[in-house]
Amino acid sequence: MKQNWWKYIGVLLLIYVHLGGLMLEAPRLNILNETVRALYFHVPMWFGMVLLYMISVFYAIKFLRNPLSDADVKSVEYAHVGTAFGILGILTGMLWANYTWGSPWHGDPKQNGAAIALLVYLAYFVLRGSIENDEQKARLSAVYNIFAFAAMIPLIFIIPRLTDSMHPGNGGNPGFNAYDLDSRMRLIFYPAVAAWFLIGLWIVSLRVRYRILQNHLTE
Amino acid sequence: MKRFLTLTILSLCSLVGYTQAAEVEMADTMRANGKIYVVVGIILIVLLGFIAYLFMLDRKLNRLEKEYKK
Repeated sequence: MKQNWWKYIGVLLLIYVHLGGLMLEAPRLNILNETVRALYFHVPMWFGMVLLYMISVFYAIKFLRNPLSDADVKSVEYAHVGTAFGILGILTGMLWANYTWGSPWHGDPKQNGAAIALLVYLAYFVLRGSIENDEQKARLSAVYNIFAFAAMIPLIFIIPRLTDSMHPGNGGNPGFNAYDLDSRMRLIFYPAVAAWFLIGLWIVSLRVRYRILQNHLTE
Repeated sequence: MKRFLTLTILSLCSLVGYTQAAEVEMADTMRANGKIYVVVGIILIVLLGFIAYLFMLDRKLNRLEKEYKK
């Protein structure tokens, strides 16, 4: 119970975010209209993904410095849940784009970059699945993890800012200011990021514990 | 005089119409008649179900870990 406090905080924040995100006042903006609320649910997916990938690459480096099997398991599972967040982020983005940009896939640099970044991470799982030797698998995938993270950052954060993009915060478009992210929206958005990150950590912890048990049993 | 009055009334009407069109459309009716609570309720049920499921998985793993340590 005492070790679980962060899970309860995550759950409470998530309930607050859903209630507040749907019912509190949101800025009245043309084109966006009521869909401005999607920000509370779409953007935290990406924040969650990047944070989970960051922890994943941390464990990958930790594994390379000191090959413990636990670091490898953690690295994979963080990447796994991070990818799940990313897929949800891209799907919510497509639905949102359909109503505000006119079609689900616009070939917008932000969308393309995010899709390529996800493919780079999917290749990570393909790589892991294709190597029989566990030691080799862990080492090679840890190296690839670093590459994947280094590719993801420019694909999502830098290239869309250098070119034309309709996505807020990119290509000369204002980020939060476009939504008039005043104190009202911040009050829900930041807790949403924290809540989904905590839920992500929780799912990772479940998967890691399962994998460690599995490893013990197969040994 | 009559013509002037109709003109003012009509122009006032058009002004009212103009400001209404300029106002951003939001789901105000849904909020006014309370149907928004149906949506909020449904989403909360799904969310709570998902969370309950996570807690159950957590408990299951706890039990397995204890069993393994024995």
